[in-house]
Amino acid sequence: MPTLIETKDLCKIYNRHKPDELQALSDVAFSIDQGQVAVLKGPSGSGKTSLLSLIGCMARPTSGSIRLADKDVAKLPERFLAELRRDLFGFIFQQFNLMRELSLFDNILLPLYPTEISGKEMKSRADEILRQLELGDRKQQKVKQLSGGEQQRVAIARALINQPEIIIADEPTAHLDRALTEELLTILARLKQNGKTIIIATHDPAIYQQQELIDRSYLMHDGNLLEVERL
Amino acid sequence: MARRLNILEHALSSLLRRKQKNLAIIVVYTLTVATIASVLFLTQSLRSEAVNVLAAAPDIVVQRLAAGRHDLIPIADAEQIRRMPGVGKVEPRVWGYYYDSLKKVNFTLMGVKDSPTNLPLLQGTFPANNEQCTLGKGIAEAYGVTIGDSLVLVDSSNSSKLYQVSGLFIADSELLTNDLILLQEAELRRFFKLPDGRATDLAVEVYNQREVATLAKKIKLALPDSRPIGKTEILHTYDTVFNWRSGIMLTLFASALIAFCILAWDKATGISADEKREIGILKAIGWDTNDVLLLKFWEGLAISLTAFLLGAIIAYLHVFFYGAGLLAPVLQGWSVLFPQFNLTPAIDLYQLFVLALLTIVPYIACTIVPAWKTAVTDPDSVMRS
Ligand SMILES: Nc1ncnc2c1ncn2[C@@H]1O[C@H](COP(=O)(O)OP(=O)(O)O)[C@@H](O)[C@H]1O
Ligand SMILES: [Mg+2]
Repeated sequence: MPTLIETKDLCKIYNRHKPDELQALSDVAFSIDQGQVAVLKGPSGSGKTSLLSLIGCMARPTSGSIRLADKDVAKLPERFLAELRRDLFGFIFQQFNLMRELSLFDNILLPLYPTEISGKEMKSRADEILRQLELGDRKQQKVKQLSGGEQQRVAIARALINQPEIIIADEPTAHLDRALTEELLTILARLKQNGKTIIIATHDPAIYQQQELIDRSYLMHDGNLLEVERL
Repeated sequence: MARRLNILEHALSSLLRRKQKNLAIIVVYTLTVATIASVLFLTQSLRSEAVNVLAAAPDIVVQRLAAGRHDLIPIADAEQIRRMPGVGKVEPRVWGYYYDSLKKVNFTLMGVKDSPTNLPLLQGTFPANNEQCTLGKGIAEAYGVTIGDSLVLVDSSNSSKLYQVSGLFIADSELLTNDLILLQEAELRRFFKLPDGRATDLAVEVYNQREVATLAKKIKLALPDSRPIGKTEILHTYDTVFNWRSGIMLTLFASALIAFCILAWDKATGISADEKREIGILKAIGWDTNDVLLLKFWEGLAISLTAFLLGAIIAYLHVFFYGAGLLAPVLQGWSVLFPQFNLTPAIDLYQLFVLALLTIVPYIACTIVPAWKTAVTDPDSVMRS
């Protein structure tokens, strides 16, 4: 399989030239092939989220390059980055980041609003995903009325609605109990089967010990990235 | 196209989501627009009443002054004025004021010889004999009479006389005929004990409007004890009165606008943490800056357009159906015109357009600008909140 994402000498410095300047990433070389699943392990503050943001086109690096499907995206203007986020990526955030006052259904449709997809198509896609995630009968409920596990599934549904190639999950099990973690693993396995490329930042052993699921394992420490050989 | 509609749909649903806050904004906004629009409608309508009055008014009215006071003018003077070049018809008019102390109604009694052409009737006929009268709508309403009924008036010898109502008025301007009672001229002379050969004033028609001022001067020269009043002079008086009033109104207007700006400013500076977070989420899941701005534009437009239209409709009803009751204290000046009359709707679309522009545009700007500041920053903070 071809390399899908590759970073070289990637650096991220926050608050540059200010007293609280902080180097979150130093010369990071990360790569992943299409269809692979990678995990980023590492303690809190080691730079996992910073790396995911850069890969996910949510921020721009201070220096270095990010090749995404053979295109250097490090210096693209914001407009194109938004397009990439919309077309290529599905994000599962640690805090779910749902709109609590909106219905489940409206939350899931949000990524599709700024596209030319018709209302009918949008709704049939959403129905299909809700069916897969067994949320179909609750779609008019407001998110704030849902349980944590249901919110997790809504967040996943929203990440999948644009049929992304790459799924980025930042500590997806941080707020989940064992049963829900199992459920998430099942969903991730299914996504892998469907050929999605998946990058997960986590320090939850329940995830990073999944040898079946994980193709590549990286370790982060103080902004440095190291690929761990599989045992 | 689908994209725009999708975003519009989301804008409306997110407005509904914050019902209370948005309702509060719409209420303040609507009241502001309603106040300002009421003032605009009212002054515009008074102005157009004045124009109507003027259209029917003679080009020059000639009164006589005696010891500095208005006195009766000899009808013989009419012939002298009539001979001046540029002058058309000269008509001696006989009229006076009448006050009914019981009803506390003040109105104008005027004498007519035959059917006057500048006064259209609503129904019936002009007074054909000394026992008939024709009434303005306001008077008919004040006394609760209509055609065929009788009306009692007390003449200057203090004896009452019964008049049969032969006709009722309607004119473009209610101001013009509202407080008018017509009698036969001979009857009016008897009523007020006016001597023959004299009139209250002379109505002079001038062929060329541009000569009004010159002719007025000539009349003054030929008849030193006369006081000619040109149409433009009347216009001027009206304008001063109305401008003075709208000056007060303008102050009101300005304070309302300031209140509104404070509201808008408050909103502008106070973009909530919640709103920031939502913008971040939208950007993170693939909305670009323009999409977010379009969303905010729709939101601002929906609120300001709703409030503007509501405000304008409320103002319209307030001024033209409820007689601008809430503005009455400020406008006492013209409410001495009695009996009460309804304003004829007159709207200056240009003014309304300016008002729309002055309220909708700043509001939308206040919605978009702070959102824009948030929307141009990288969305990666969403990953951490
Ligand atoms: N916007 C920011 N401004 C300044 N420092 C930041 C910012 N975001 C993250 N950091 C710092 O960068 C370092 C790496 O953070 P992060 O990438 O969130 O690590 P992790 O996800 O592994 O916990 C931390 O020390 C964090 O405090
Ligand atoms: Mg993190």
